[in-house]
Amino acid sequence: MLTILFDGIAYGMLLFVLACGLAVTLGLMNFVNLAHGAFAMAGGYCCVILVNRWGVPFLAALPLAFLFSAALGLILERTLYVHVYRKSHLDQVLFTIGLVFMSVAAVDYTMGSSQTFVRLPPWLEGQFNVGGVGVGRYRLLIIVICGLLTLALQLTLARTRFGSRLRAAVDDARVARGLGINVGSVFALTFAFGSGLAGLGGALGAEILGLDPIFPLKYMIYFLIVVTVGGTSSITGPFLASLLLGIGDVAGKYYVPSLGAFVIYTIMIAVLILRPQGLFVRGGAR
Amino acid sequence: MSPRPLFADVSSRLAARSHWHPLEVAFWLAAIATIYALPSRHLILTEIAILGLFALSLDLILGYAGIVSLGHAAFFGFGAYAAGLLAKHGLVTEPLLALIASGLAAMVLGFATSFLVLRGSDLTRIMVTLGVAVVLREIANRYAGLTGGADGLQGVEITPLFGLFRFDIFGHTAYCYALGVLLVLFLVARRIVHSSFGLSLLAIKGNPLRAAAVGIPVNARLVAIYTIAAGYAGVAGALLTQTTAFASLSVFDFDRSADLLLVLVIGGAGYLYGGLIGAIVFKLMQDYLSSLTPQYWPFWIGLLLVALVLVGRERMTSWTRPIRALAARLDWRDARGRAAIPAEGR
Repeated sequence: MLTILFDGIAYGMLLFVLACGLAVTLGLMNFVNLAHGAFAMAGGYCCVILVNRWGVPFLAALPLAFLFSAALGLILERTLYVHVYRKSHLDQVLFTIGLVFMSVAAVDYTMGSSQTFVRLPPWLEGQFNVGGVGVGRYRLLIIVICGLLTLALQLTLARTRFGSRLRAAVDDARVARGLGINVGSVFALTFAFGSGLAGLGGALGAEILGLDPIFPLKYMIYFLIVVTVGGTSSITGPFLASLLLGIGDVAGKYYVPSLGAFVIYTIMIAVLILRPQGLFVRGGAR
Repeated sequence: MSPRPLFADVSSRLAARSHWHPLEVAFWLAAIATIYALPSRHLILTEIAILGLFALSLDLILGYAGIVSLGHAAFFGFGAYAAGLLAKHGLVTEPLLALIASGLAAMVLGFATSFLVLRGSDLTRIMVTLGVAVVLREIANRYAGLTGGADGLQGVEITPLFGLFRFDIFGHTAYCYALGVLLVLFLVARRIVHSSFGLSLLAIKGNPLRAAAVGIPVNARLVAIYTIAAGYAGVAGALLTQTTAFASLSVFDFDRSADLLLVLVIGGAGYLYGGLIGAIVFKLMQDYLSSLTPQYWPFWIGLLLVALVLVGRERMTSWTRPIRALAARLDWRDARGRAAIPAEGR
């Protein structure tokens, strides 16, 4: 029981790191980025190559995966995405789906279509018992890293100058521009950072979520659930939503495997109908 | 100025829009001619007809009502499984009746889910439509006893059409059947979009708030067109099952909905022929590219999508401009209509 809760929390934390970049880009530019998972996949494969082929230590590969995805995000944002912000939602959807398809086929071509795993160092394998609860070492590592990241994100958003600029831009981009905030560069940085986080999440999650070329398609809907249920106006909303989703998904698959994943989807549709702005949103934020 | 000349002007213009254009006649004559001219290509032509019908369905909601859907495969798949189950269990053996029944079933589903797309922004709609398709796929996967699960619905026997025409392996009957259904449903769609109902949809697409202000019941109209479009998609799915005697989970795939958007965007949304032209281009391209590299075909779709958006959809579809110019010159009725309108009326 507690083991499931623990696994669920690890899973939820992972989802949060994967999806929070999406929440911010969606809230900031009202941009529907379905290709977010592609950045996560890029980070995951970067980690796989570093660890399995080049023998880089796992912990050192994680920040490199972050940097790789962030750089990729920054380049794509400046060269391609920037042209699409002003277009209609239909165009944005078409564009990002196009990117997803390209990334899927490109990874299939370069890395093969089978599922890949990161070779973990021995000290991360197995689990130990704490008061009768089986605690997986690797999952504990995920919780620690993701927890620290969440704290850092929250502090950055709440305490720093960049954070207040970002929040201003999310609340009302036009007024923020009027106050002299360069919304474009704030967005570019945030996009790169969000992609980097997704890459880190992909690298961390390669073991749990599995890494194959259709990763961006498979988890797209999960990211979208996190964002829609959590809302896009804060970091705590998506965080709570990811935890709920993670625990719900793990528990659901364990206790009622016959229902499978579709409880989650049904809940998502219900939330969207009843609270189109998300569950954890202060009224009138947007 | 009295309102009468303006009124006459508007109604004569609207009437001119609904006239049959010579190129439209030529299009359908060419389509019918393929039955005799390209007998060896009937299998791919059947696929084109089905995809065209499916794209026509999306055009009704996207091109005319402005609803962006990423889960249109839900209705396609529902129709496909409905037709498969009807035939497998011998409930309705006549293919045409089964087709109509499947279309109606998909319409019921469309009506039920249409209330979900009324609310919220584009993003909410995208996710709700996507979610509905995923839920249906999940259901089809779970109830393997009924649907065959991941193995697909096997043992579907399609009886001869009208008890006379057997579905042969070369797809001759299937193509005539699919083309006939496409033509009939196209005529219906054409009638719908040129009616005052269709015009009100265009108004809603332009600006829902203003449309409501001039007295158009926005939600009721959206529900209606969504239901109709779902029926079209269901018929397309049912056609696929009947012509291939098989239905698998892939009918619900996200790729199918995404490809559909591409098909419609290639041809251009909002004039009914976009989906049909897009289907022809898409299938031929797929046939060619996947013969080169079958596995990496999605890459080319993706590249095309990205390029389409970056270059601009309007500019990309400008390849049809010479055709449209020719169309304008050929259109004798339009010229006559214009002459009839007094100059100051414009």
